[in-house]
Amino acid sequence: MAETVWLFLGLLGVLTLASAIATMLTWKSRRTTDVLPSTLVNLNSRIKAWWIMIGGISVAFLFGKQGVILLFAFVSFASLREYVTLTHTRRGDHRILIGMFLIIIPIQYYLLWIEWYGLYSIFVPVYCFLAMPALTAISGDTERFLERVSEQQWGIMLSVYCISHVPALLTLPIPGFEGKGLLLIAFLIATVQGSDVLQYVFGKLFGKRKVAPKISPSKTWEGLIGGIISASLLGASLVWLTPFTVVEAGLMAGLACVMGFFGGLVASAIKRDRGVKDWGHMIEGHGGMLDRADSLIFAAPVFFHIVRYFWTI
Amino acid sequence: MNVKALMRRTCAMLLAGLARGVTGVRPIWQGSSPSDRQRIYFANHCSHGDFILLSSSLPPRERERTRAVAGADYWKRNKLRHILAKDLLNTVLVDRNWIERSDDPMVIMLDALADGSSLIVFPEGTRNMTEEPLLRFRSGLYNLAVARPDVELIPCWIENMSRVLPKGAFLPVPLLCRVVFGTPVVLEPDEDRKDFLSRARQSLLDLSPEQQKVLNHG
Repeated sequence: MAETVWLFLGLLGVLTLASAIATMLTWKSRRTTDVLPSTLVNLNSRIKAWWIMIGGISVAFLFGKQGVILLFAFVSFASLREYVTLTHTRRGDHRILIGMFLIIIPIQYYLLWIEWYGLYSIFVPVYCFLAMPALTAISGDTERFLERVSEQQWGIMLSVYCISHVPALLTLPIPGFEGKGLLLIAFLIATVQGSDVLQYVFGKLFGKRKVAPKISPSKTWEGLIGGIISASLLGASLVWLTPFTVVEAGLMAGLACVMGFFGGLVASAIKRDRGVKDWGHMIEGHGGMLDRADSLIFAAPVFFHIVRYFWTI
Repeated sequence: MNVKALMRRTCAMLLAGLARGVTGVRPIWQGSSPSDRQRIYFANHCSHGDFILLSSSLPPRERERTRAVAGADYWKRNKLRHILAKDLLNTVLVDRNWIERSDDPMVIMLDALADGSSLIVFPEGTRNMTEEPLLRFRSGLYNLAVARPDVELIPCWIENMSRVLPKGAFLPVPLLCRVVFGTPVVLEPDEDRKDFLSRARQSLLDLSPEQQKVLNHG
């Protein structure tokens, strides 16, 4: 597919440019001081991590559907592990917790693999939703029952159900777009992650008014609006990856950007509640897997269902 | 290199890989740093996975010469366990039973130290199943400190392992774990057993996340 080649050449270009700018800044800073400012250190490790992440995604894309499904099963595993680490668990929850990792994740992604929409879209919100509290009740420990059960439900919904909607895009039958599902995934990831970066850049440059000062000092109206507008333009310029028209591509990217913003905000609220800055340390400079995936978690299901409603038969 | 040593090394590598894969364990060198000095690592004990997690957090060379001290009554209960403990995990087995024991645990531990090994000990003596963060320390740690003042005593707080693999569970839940290495505890001149043990216990407790929160926020 010519589009895939162009896409990765484009990404290669953007990353090389980012690395070149960072190297130049580092070199300039080294001339005046021995100790690099922490923003620059963080920028360098972030760019390095982006190389690794894009490398990983590219390898998964080379293997097609199977590769992407395995990649996101792994993202679910790493996210759920970070999430459960921060929740309150008791001895009696041990079996349920193991089941979340060893049963629910494999089943959800297997259902995607065999493209059984009727079951993968309700397996977690119907069957797991009811089975997990039932099994917890059988274990007999009622201490903080509601809290434990709710935390488990949230973990599964966010880390497994919502994330699985990214590879689920592959199962959508879009007329005239057969066999190009991977490109749609690339579009979603590029616009959501791109808008994260753009919001960060606009926030740093022009940020004054905070959206939710109690939750996140770095999320500003200037960053949000600048991010939405620029991400919409980014989406429109990536229209060749999609079955959309130029305007539709811009609107879909804008929507993914808004959802991604809410995802980041909710993730920040949870982290603040638990008194941590990052979810984990898996991705150098970024924090944990969930720090990178939080925006995708909110954007993917909405993006999926809008595409499914308007573009499939 | 003989077959046993090779098996041991392979086993240690596999376990370390498994521990990393499941718990993503990270060492936090807070009051000490990795070194070639002979050491006794003393840690809180809630799970069978504890010593695997701790030794996985050590640099490979130190890991190779570090042996865990474990209860002979548990690990000699059947043949399979005994082979596992002795040949594969290379543990130092000591008798915890005070009345019927045949070999003096102190002699066995000092022998291992004399061979140049570093040790992992759990001074609570058994896995802690209570709601208390840390049980009272047994006196072995004090005796070791008196007999070998040249060996550094490093407190190591193992975080979350009791949730990953609680007592009686067979499969681990993948949760993120950390091992926090604290400042070495040195026996003061004229310090008596009780004072030393409670000071060592406190130094370990200070590394726990609850305690760290209190320390950080005044």
